[in-house]
Amino acid sequence: MIKRQFVQSIIAGMALCFSVAAVAADESIIVQSTTSTANSGLYDAILPQFTEKTGIQVNVVAVGTGQAIKNAMNGDGDVLFVHAKPSEEKFVAEGYGVERFDVMYNDFIIVGPADDPAGVAGSHDAVASLKKIAESQSAFASRGDNSGTHKKEVALWKAAAIDPTADSGKWYRETGSGMGATLNAGVGMGAYVLTDRATWISFKNKGDYNILVEGSDALFNQYGIMLVNPEKHPNVNAEAGQTFIDWILSEEGQNAIAAYQLDGQQLFFPNAK
Amino acid sequence: MQDFGSAFTLAFQLVLNADADLIEIILLSLKVSLTAVLLSALIGLPLGALLATARFPGRQFCLLLVNALMGLPPVVVGLMVYLMLSNAGPLGWLRLLYSPAAMIIAQTILITPIIAALTAQVISDYEREYRELFRSMGLGLRQRILTLLFDARYSLMTVSLAGFGRAVAEVGAVMIVGGNIDHLTRVMTTSIALETSKGDLALALALGVVLMSLALLVNALVMTTRLTAKRMAHD
Repeated sequence: MIKRQFVQSIIAGMALCFSVAAVAADESIIVQSTTSTANSGLYDAILPQFTEKTGIQVNVVAVGTGQAIKNAMNGDGDVLFVHAKPSEEKFVAEGYGVERFDVMYNDFIIVGPADDPAGVAGSHDAVASLKKIAESQSAFASRGDNSGTHKKEVALWKAAAIDPTADSGKWYRETGSGMGATLNAGVGMGAYVLTDRATWISFKNKGDYNILVEGSDALFNQYGIMLVNPEKHPNVNAEAGQTFIDWILSEEGQNAIAAYQLDGQQLFFPNAK
Repeated sequence: MQDFGSAFTLAFQLVLNADADLIEIILLSLKVSLTAVLLSALIGLPLGALLATARFPGRQFCLLLVNALMGLPPVVVGLMVYLMLSNAGPLGWLRLLYSPAAMIIAQTILITPIIAALTAQVISDYEREYRELFRSMGLGLRQRILTLLFDARYSLMTVSLAGFGRAVAEVGAVMIVGGNIDHLTRVMTTSIALETSKGDLALALALGVVLMSLALLVNALVMTTRLTAKRMAHD
């Protein structure tokens, strides 16, 4: 009697296990993408339009660009949609991706506390602002996670000829986590933070923080999309993945991106060629 | 600190409105964690009882190992399962990554040591009491284990609850192997992490309140079952 119950419960457990596994088997693709696009609500706004048209379910895994690229290299995704052009080009050049396309852009900004200890408010020069922050040893919270935003930040420090990691743990604080977590930490300790505009606009824990530096060419933030190479990873759902890429580059997809607004502000500007 | 006040109000509203997305997330949380507890119990209860009852060389080491594994960091488990289930990994062909099944596997690995170690602790207490009796009856190992598991069943419910608590509360493992995909692998803890990263601390805290209420409910259900069963057994 006990034995039969035991066997039954095993079978029930297995059945439950497989029934939930089966959900993933519909016509669907996995897009490895970044927190900045997902947290801003962009996907919630545009993906239903694509799914309605094609019947393809798009499952977005939102991580930092570095991790997204790594996951895509492992073949754990059909499409890569991130924002670190040099890394993306390397990804394609090494044969992991088929071809990279520009999709949309917005810009990075530096946000900081109202008392602005480094005196950078109103500046349009990101590099000069970082120099001021470093000289005044004002707290700066870095992603420190190899994400697209982090890569941009590293490039800006390089342009300023400063190695902030020498002071890591002092005024330069690497959180090693996502954009939202870094903003939470930055606001909590009064540190300057480099962030993308979309995340900032949709971020709800702003405290007394404002955009202090913006409008510099160096702060341009380009998003790119590419199919994970099916020759490298035969499991890639190339057909559905390509359908998604074609759609997002089409007039319809581009219009959907342009139409997405939060608090009356457009978050992403389509620029597919 | 107004976040606390608004969190409770918000949690209340969320539950009252019975928001479809929230219900989906709650159900998935329960499905994943309860399945993981069930599988872990199937492995951990007999394993723990065996470690407490049988005498074999290396037993102490096994007990030490199981006890140490109770401290497995969820992120590490998540990473290991990711590497196994990744398309570049040995089990990639199963196509389980970013599915609830992957989350169940990760949580099962995470809590099986907890259930096994606590079971070993509970059963060894019983075993000390029963040792003479077993010897006089001349019972084999299998029968001894089954008897002990049966007689300790109420304590083992608490053991399973400890496992459930750990499973339903962890975020590190399910975030990596599930991917926090909306309508597919998003559970309570990954939602809380997501809302925190959006800076919506009130909503995150409200979800936390809902999760804690859920754990409270499951615990209350088990405790009621346990008390009722005990009362009936004494009648």
